[in-house]
Amino acid sequence: MKTTEVLVIGGGPAGLSAALEAASRGSQVTLVDSDLQLGGQLIKQTHKFFGSEDERAGTRGYKIGELLFKELEGLKDCIDVHVNTTVLGYYKEDGVVSLSRGEEDYFRIKPERIVMSTGAMERLIPFPKNDLPGVYGAGAVQTLMNVYGVTPGKRVLMIGAGNIGLIVSYQLMQAGVDVAAVVEFMPKIGGYWVHAAKIRRLGVPILLRHTIVEALGEDVVSGAVIQAVGDKGLEGDPVRIDCDIICLAVGLTPTAELLWQAGCDMQFVPELCGYVPRRDAHMRTSQSHIWVAGDAAGIEEASSAMVEGRLAGLGAARSLGHVKDSDYDAGLASYWQRLSHLRAGEVGEKIRSGLEKCSCDAWEV
Amino acid sequence: MKKEIVVCRCEEVTLEEIRQWINRGYDSFDELKRVLRVGMGPCQGRGCRDIILKEIARAKGVPVSEVPVGTFRPPAKPVKLGILAEGGDK
Repeated sequence: MKTTEVLVIGGGPAGLSAALEAASRGSQVTLVDSDLQLGGQLIKQTHKFFGSEDERAGTRGYKIGELLFKELEGLKDCIDVHVNTTVLGYYKEDGVVSLSRGEEDYFRIKPERIVMSTGAMERLIPFPKNDLPGVYGAGAVQTLMNVYGVTPGKRVLMIGAGNIGLIVSYQLMQAGVDVAAVVEFMPKIGGYWVHAAKIRRLGVPILLRHTIVEALGEDVVSGAVIQAVGDKGLEGDPVRIDCDIICLAVGLTPTAELLWQAGCDMQFVPELCGYVPRRDAHMRTSQSHIWVAGDAAGIEEASSAMVEGRLAGLGAARSLGHVKDSDYDAGLASYWQRLSHLRAGEVGEKIRSGLEKCSCDAWEV
Repeated sequence: MKKEIVVCRCEEVTLEEIRQWINRGYDSFDELKRVLRVGMGPCQGRGCRDIILKEIARAKGVPVSEVPVGTFRPPAKPVKLGILAEGGDK
């Protein structure tokens, strides 16, 4: 059976960073990702990142991905990469992980340490005919367009005015697709104003306190019905919108199956959008050889996911005896400084309060 | 005509069916999984679990954080029995 010092599960911004950090500190790393290429959501993010200088604010997401790939190239002797490879199970009894490459190849790895950077999945909402072809997750639409160069349709109704809904609406328009409206259940826009302003300037209405009531169409989507929402539920007249695509950008939830399988202490934290593992200041879970990073640790942004990945990779490397205490302390302090910078101010308030509920300084031994 | 809302797309289970079974006392995710197969298809509950937990919470009048999420077992995605039978690690 294959063995490895550090198994990193998920090669998005968090996992890539964890693998790079652990390898650069002298660990032998195996990095697996279920997709055909590494990079997670970075490879389709054509917008410029916010955040801070250290986290390459002002650079487009896919460019940040390229920088990480370049770093990976320099460490390729220490990082064994497996794409198109999904972790199927974690077996607590003996610490073995089972995986499949594609549909045919099944194998096992026994790692000494694991970093779970499994990311997030898109939420769905129930409404009549939500299973018609033409109802998409916004992330899926972004993948179709920006990775595969395929536009999903001609006219889109976007559900959700968070950052994903706003950014994907703008990118749809850049690709020549008409956006009929952005519908948002909450009384306020969830995403950054700059993204909202861009699509408003192009004449797309953002309808706050509105919801989708049903999708229309027989074999495929031909429209949608939306309606205003008041304190007592739906109010006003239902409005028919003509569209061939309904795009759901109603939030993400952490991908946590493997953390559950591994028996990590889990906690429901609404601010982090679902169940997340309790973790210490080293991003270590209650299972002493398992670390967590990125959206799997709570829905946040790629910038902080990358720093969390660094922390997890550093922690895993130190636990294997590869990092001197003084180097570790310096690394820890610097990464935490970068994280607090990213989470500062009003925008970070929700994240800070969520993290307070699931963090501890150190696990009791 | 009553409009159907599909909650579990993999196994084509509707919101109405889920509500009926919750009313009959099958008010946990694992019980619903056993009677309706929700969460047993290709996506393994990634699409429906959150919606079903909210329905259970609503029916019982408790916050969703108090509804048990159900058991997570390998495999996390469907695998052909043949490749398991072969034993892997070729």
